[in-house]
Amino acid sequence: MKRKFIALLAAGIVAASPALADLVVPNLSYRTGAYGANGTQYADGFNDYFTLLNERDGGIGGEKIQVPECETAYNTEKGVECYEATKDSGALVYNPLSTGITYQLIPKVSVDKKVLYTPGYGRTSAKNGTVFEWIFNAPANYWDGASVAIKYLLDENGGDLNGKKIALVYHNSAYGKEPIRTLQVLAEKHGFTLTQLPVDAPGQEQKSQWLQIRRDRPDYVIMWGWGVMNQAAIQEAANIRFPMENFIGIWWSGSEVDVKPVGAQANGYKALTFHGVGTDYPVYDDLQEYVIEPGKASQGGEHVGSVLYSRGMYAALVISEAIRKAQELAGTPEIDPEQLRDGFEQLDITPERLTELGLPDFGPEIKMTCDNHGGSGMSRMQQWDAKAGKWNLITEFTEPDQDVLKPLITEDSEAYAKEAGVTPRDC
Amino acid sequence: MLYREAGDFKTSYRDDGQTFPIRLDRVAYYAVLIVAFLIVPFVINDYWANAVVVPFLIYAIAALGLNILTGYAGQVSLGTGGFMAVGAYAVYKLMTTFPEINIIIHILLAGGITAIVGVLFGLPSLRIKGFYLAVATLAAQFFLVWLFNKVPWFYNYSASGQITAPTRTVFGLAVTGPSTSAAAKYLICLLFVFILAWVARNLTRGTLGRKWMAIRDMDIAAEIIGVNPLSAKLSAFAVSSFFVGVSGALLFSVYLGAAEVGEAFGINKSFLVLFMIIIGGLGSIFGSFAGAAFMVLMPVVLKNLLVGQFGWATDLAAHFELMIVGALIVFFLIAEPHGLARLWALTKEKLRLWPFPH
Repeated sequence: MKRKFIALLAAGIVAASPALADLVVPNLSYRTGAYGANGTQYADGFNDYFTLLNERDGGIGGEKIQVPECETAYNTEKGVECYEATKDSGALVYNPLSTGITYQLIPKVSVDKKVLYTPGYGRTSAKNGTVFEWIFNAPANYWDGASVAIKYLLDENGGDLNGKKIALVYHNSAYGKEPIRTLQVLAEKHGFTLTQLPVDAPGQEQKSQWLQIRRDRPDYVIMWGWGVMNQAAIQEAANIRFPMENFIGIWWSGSEVDVKPVGAQANGYKALTFHGVGTDYPVYDDLQEYVIEPGKASQGGEHVGSVLYSRGMYAALVISEAIRKAQELAGTPEIDPEQLRDGFEQLDITPERLTELGLPDFGPEIKMTCDNHGGSGMSRMQQWDAKAGKWNLITEFTEPDQDVLKPLITEDSEAYAKEAGVTPRDC
Repeated sequence: MLYREAGDFKTSYRDDGQTFPIRLDRVAYYAVLIVAFLIVPFVINDYWANAVVVPFLIYAIAALGLNILTGYAGQVSLGTGGFMAVGAYAVYKLMTTFPEINIIIHILLAGGITAIVGVLFGLPSLRIKGFYLAVATLAAQFFLVWLFNKVPWFYNYSASGQITAPTRTVFGLAVTGPSTSAAAKYLICLLFVFILAWVARNLTRGTLGRKWMAIRDMDIAAEIIGVNPLSAKLSAFAVSSFFVGVSGALLFSVYLGAAEVGEAFGINKSFLVLFMIIIGGLGSIFGSFAGAAFMVLMPVVLKNLLVGQFGWATDLAAHFELMIVGALIVFFLIAEPHGLARLWALTKEKLRLWPFPH
């Protein structure tokens, strides 16, 4: 009895590892906890795209892709455990969908030589590939997002934000604090005043922040929220009758689960995005045929086409394209993380290629190099139509203000290099 | 038959008062030490170190610390997470400001700083007791987390508010930072656990420990027999916070490598450590270890069993894991309200009689 128990315990601690030789792309997902509603949809999109490749094309370059899933609950300690549990199984690339976990993994992947792909989140200055050899954050990062949002506001105001008041409502964590530095510089450049309103995790309680907004009457509110914080904020904004069209969320604050609970009052709320949304793309025909109808969709496929599902799918698409490129460069379908890094660094997803993949005009062109791991940083604005229950794209892809961002990225990545003792590579 | 006192003669008071009076216990203790110090470092890999052993050792220190305060001195504290944060931020500031000084000294200093903070927040314990004190320490928890979030000096003005541990070495071996080997992480934690557990054991059976227990059992009676409540309570807060501070420093620098105060040291951490000592056994050194092992190992074991062996969906497994761990806690507390330590003691009682119980 006791021996059996110990054997069971030992079996329980040693994680089951997938068979080697396949391409392994672990999915560090979270379907539980305060951020589960958002994490589930992303994880489904991520899984389904790889299932599609496996079912339709027999994998990438003839190699099947395995996507072992590991639940992190958006918790950094569990994220680290998931990373350690999967890294020896031949894992190529990680996409933890959490800025906190990303910060934990950046030094680890650099030593273990694994690729870390953090589209639209993570450490912004990882864009500098000379310092962050293993980290990629194309197509856009937080500072790009902040800059594009301000650019949009500049357009709305005829190019002048002088004397305007902008409030930043942010998740009081590494994630939410990321844009502050950029927004401060932009405030100086364009002459608006920036008010910072931190919201402690998980963010259900925001009465005092919105009371302050009601008192200060800022012209615009920008939000860096995630999980339950988003819907709470939009609800509070509706309660104080803040004009929704002056309320802009980052891409993580712009999905259906954020606006739907608020109902009709959320109409007009805006959010950034770096990819298309909805099922009006040819790829969904294949997805329907190969994944959804045979019942292979992740968790039943109930979120197909939602904003976060699309984003998860987009991340999987970029990873699969990088794997394809790496296979091409290495001349073998069985690649290792080092070859995948080269694949990422020479990745070029043109609009034509996106059309070929069945997602025309879905995302911006992604072109990465050895020193640019962040792509162009372009994103666009979408607006919620509560009556129709869908997001409408209202701008084209916009370039961020690289004159402002570039020195900031250089400064921050150099500070990291000094702190971590990294010698920047020559590119 | 095997586990017995018979034939184990004690000829001095010293022998009589030793921690492990039974020979088999002593042998087992030394065997565990030998295995832990001389064998495990050679076989441990990254997964075992990072997912299982290192968190267990670090939480064992935190549980020891809280057990001194709550289990031995009877002062309920919900501020453990906040005090761990003090340890973590202290070691971060020290290791970045004085990079040339050995990290072990920094970790000890971080414990000392936490002890001072702990004494400050322990002052209300002189006037309030029980639930009221729990609320006062809860205030410490929220205040400290807020402080480390609010004042950029604590995180060296980094853009994201995260603190990241740079690489520091002991005898030329990296013990913090990303290039640390599993064995180095394990050994540094084991060293602290060994020394601190030894200190805790000897403190709790000496004068100081007896004063704490007197205060716990009945503070008025303790005062009448000459125990100064001021010094007893504050020393309990100081020693406990020292332990908790060291564990926070290790958690950040050795285990996590990067931390964010709200997430790594939130109220959940306070409850986690409190659960550890309640399940392990209040007022027991062994209980601190058993509780830490239970709370660290159980989720990992369940997760790997349900997802790895049975192939369940990860979210279903995660929900079940919460339910099972919760149910087990309730079950253990109903079966044995004094925790795993008491269960262990009962097993030993029975073993002494085995196989011929009366």
